[in-house]
Amino acid sequence: MIAELGLAALWLAAALAALQLIAGALSQRDESGELASLARPAAIMQGLLAGFAFIMLLWLFAVTDLSVKLVADNSHSAKPMIFKLAGTWGNHEGSMLLWVTVMALAGSLIALLERRLPERTMQATLAAQAFVGLGFYAFLLLSSNPFERLPEPALEGAGLNPLLQDIGLAFHPPTLYFGYVGLSVAFSFAVGALLTGRVGPDFARAMRPWVLGAWIFLTLGITAGSYWAYYELGWGGWWFWDPVENASLMPWLAATALLHSVSVLAARDALRAWTIMLGVVAFSMSMLGTFLVRSGILTSVHAFAVDPERGTFILALLILYVGGALLLFGLKAGSVAEGERFSVTSREGALVFNNVMLSAILGIVLLGTLYPLLTEAFDVRVSVGPPYFNPVGAIFTIPMLIVMAIGPLLRWKGDSIRRIKLPLAIVAAIMAAALLLVIVMGDYSILAMLGLAIAIGLAVGSFMPLRGRNLRRVPIATWGMVVAHFGLAVALFGMASESAFSEERLAAVEIGQSAQVGPWTVTLDQVKPVAGPNWTAIQGDLSAKYEGGETAILKPQTRNFWAPEQETTESTLATRWNGQLYAVIGNEAGQGRWQLRLWWKPFVTFIWYGGILVALGGLLALIGRLRGDLKRRHAKARLEEQARYRDEEAPV
Amino acid sequence: MTAALKAKHQRLILVVIALFVIIGAGLLAAYGLRNEANYFYLPGQMAANPPEVGQPVRLGGMVQEGSLSMLDDGLTVSFVVTDKEQATVDVRYSGILPDLFVEGSGVVADGRIAPDGVFVADQLLAKHDENYVPRELQGMDQHSADQTLETLETGA
Repeated sequence: MIAELGLAALWLAAALAALQLIAGALSQRDESGELASLARPAAIMQGLLAGFAFIMLLWLFAVTDLSVKLVADNSHSAKPMIFKLAGTWGNHEGSMLLWVTVMALAGSLIALLERRLPERTMQATLAAQAFVGLGFYAFLLLSSNPFERLPEPALEGAGLNPLLQDIGLAFHPPTLYFGYVGLSVAFSFAVGALLTGRVGPDFARAMRPWVLGAWIFLTLGITAGSYWAYYELGWGGWWFWDPVENASLMPWLAATALLHSVSVLAARDALRAWTIMLGVVAFSMSMLGTFLVRSGILTSVHAFAVDPERGTFILALLILYVGGALLLFGLKAGSVAEGERFSVTSREGALVFNNVMLSAILGIVLLGTLYPLLTEAFDVRVSVGPPYFNPVGAIFTIPMLIVMAIGPLLRWKGDSIRRIKLPLAIVAAIMAAALLLVIVMGDYSILAMLGLAIAIGLAVGSFMPLRGRNLRRVPIATWGMVVAHFGLAVALFGMASESAFSEERLAAVEIGQSAQVGPWTVTLDQVKPVAGPNWTAIQGDLSAKYEGGETAILKPQTRNFWAPEQETTESTLATRWNGQLYAVIGNEAGQGRWQLRLWWKPFVTFIWYGGILVALGGLLALIGRLRGDLKRRHAKARLEEQARYRDEEAPV
Repeated sequence: MTAALKAKHQRLILVVIALFVIIGAGLLAAYGLRNEANYFYLPGQMAANPPEVGQPVRLGGMVQEGSLSMLDDGLTVSFVVTDKEQATVDVRYSGILPDLFVEGSGVVADGRIAPDGVFVADQLLAKHDENYVPRELQGMDQHSADQTLETLETGA
């Protein structure tokens, strides 16, 4: 019954999306038509119904209803409750339902809250949102129905991949999806504005909170995913340039560029066509990511649905939406009037530089990700990894970060380098000093040394916009920028430090023996079997001493799950303020010895602290913008009231 | 670009600069990909046409039954990777074997040929679960993915 309710809600939601599309499209011809008033309610109802369908699926997973195919294939009654619920989106159908639900909810949110856009643009936006939504409803209902029943209920579920039985699954996919799909709003806004040709500061101010919101979630999702991969896979790395990681990085790069260009559009009415273009590109990258993940055409730890039919379906959707939007852009971009001009040495100039560099990095990541597919067409199999992405990406990342340290100091429209020469000299001196220091300290890779120097310079530079200002009167949005830029410096410091200073030790030790890694002495106290709710494990009890002083206890395990049968490595971490000790236990090495793999990773945690700071900066900016909007709306309302009051008084 | 420059050219100049940078990025990417991509080898290809010593490559195949042995240091394992044509490559790996690494199962190894002719792996990717086959192994001998999966599971 529950499954049928969910399916019915999903079909109804799809029907409402069709209605929303028709109503929005027809109102383009006849603005006062009766249909025009239907688009908003249809969008709101569609969101509610999709949300209802998703809750029904959550319910089915919570009670482990084994007559439903998806539950029987992916869940197990002995699983802890949190993983039963999180398992809802730990599979293809469920994650696509989450995608559609988030998309529908985003649509209903714009229908409910967005009052700044001209009505015609708004209708076009809702129609575009419904059009994209319809494709994914069709995909879900026709080829990936999550509510499908089994002819005979299964006796027990097949279980969830143990690598996914982790608290990370509860947070990482939903946050990432809020980000991915939140960008659909930017896409729909862009399409709406292209259709009506009204692009200006008001449009940018309306679009900005949505872009910011999606970007915050995307940042958090990527940060969480990176940390999850770091401790769950047991390989000690935090970023593998895996196609699916790239698939999340590409929308982030595009959204970051969009975030900055939309600010130029809002503040200075420049970069009109470019902003629209980025709105289209950002969500296209989200869809490309979905295609790469869901079709299983690339080797990846995430490739769990290898089904050619599904891949073809998503590819068709991708071509339809991206191709359609780009075609529309090509036809209509000329009609978007040119915006205001500016000189190269100006805030706009710096932001254009940021945008061009981000686009170049995006292109590099995109090419590297798709290259193996390309060569496979010629029957040559390759894999592309860090030796390509790191140096080639750095060529554009480094100039971008340097300009980022000083760009916010420039004034809008036109400025001169001479005016900011003091802060410029300070930042340059700090970078040079830091670079000299690391060169003296030891023999590290060039990228790591540059990274450390730039991180330190950027950390100082990010606070420069506050110099000489009354801190209490600095707008919240400016604080947001400062915090986000500082966060990026922190993350960069963590990345460079991890790459330069990490120490690794592989050892075979007997019980009672020790191994040395960096400042740590790690002793294997004992090895014992332990059991969990759906696994048994071999556990090594390690005691680790930091420079002979404080002690940490680590308990790495090799777990054997029985539903499904699989072995996983559970790494353990000891965290200090200045880094992490990372321990993995391996197989028995003969003669009573056990394999231990240990890493000391100085300041590695800064990577994720930085990511969180970046997201926090985004949140501050969002709060600042929304408060500004509310104030403006309030002031406008008061002015109108005063005007009315005067009008009423005048005749007397 | 100074104020003296005709303002109406600004948009054009911006577009040209952007295009220039993007094309530059594309060229750099193409150059990087030619040089840095890891080529994938099957044991037969590696035997017939070995890559240069020290060049990073990927090797994919099946771990031969009975070939896995641990050296005295307790950390280094050696095994033989084979394919259907019965070509073999000796592999050495220092580290913790991945979950699900067993004889007769599929494996993808990142590494390089050492001067002594042995393939030294930096990283091993085994099957992630019983349904997962590294993509490079699918259709490795032009059979359908299903058949490959079958052979991988029976270890033939």
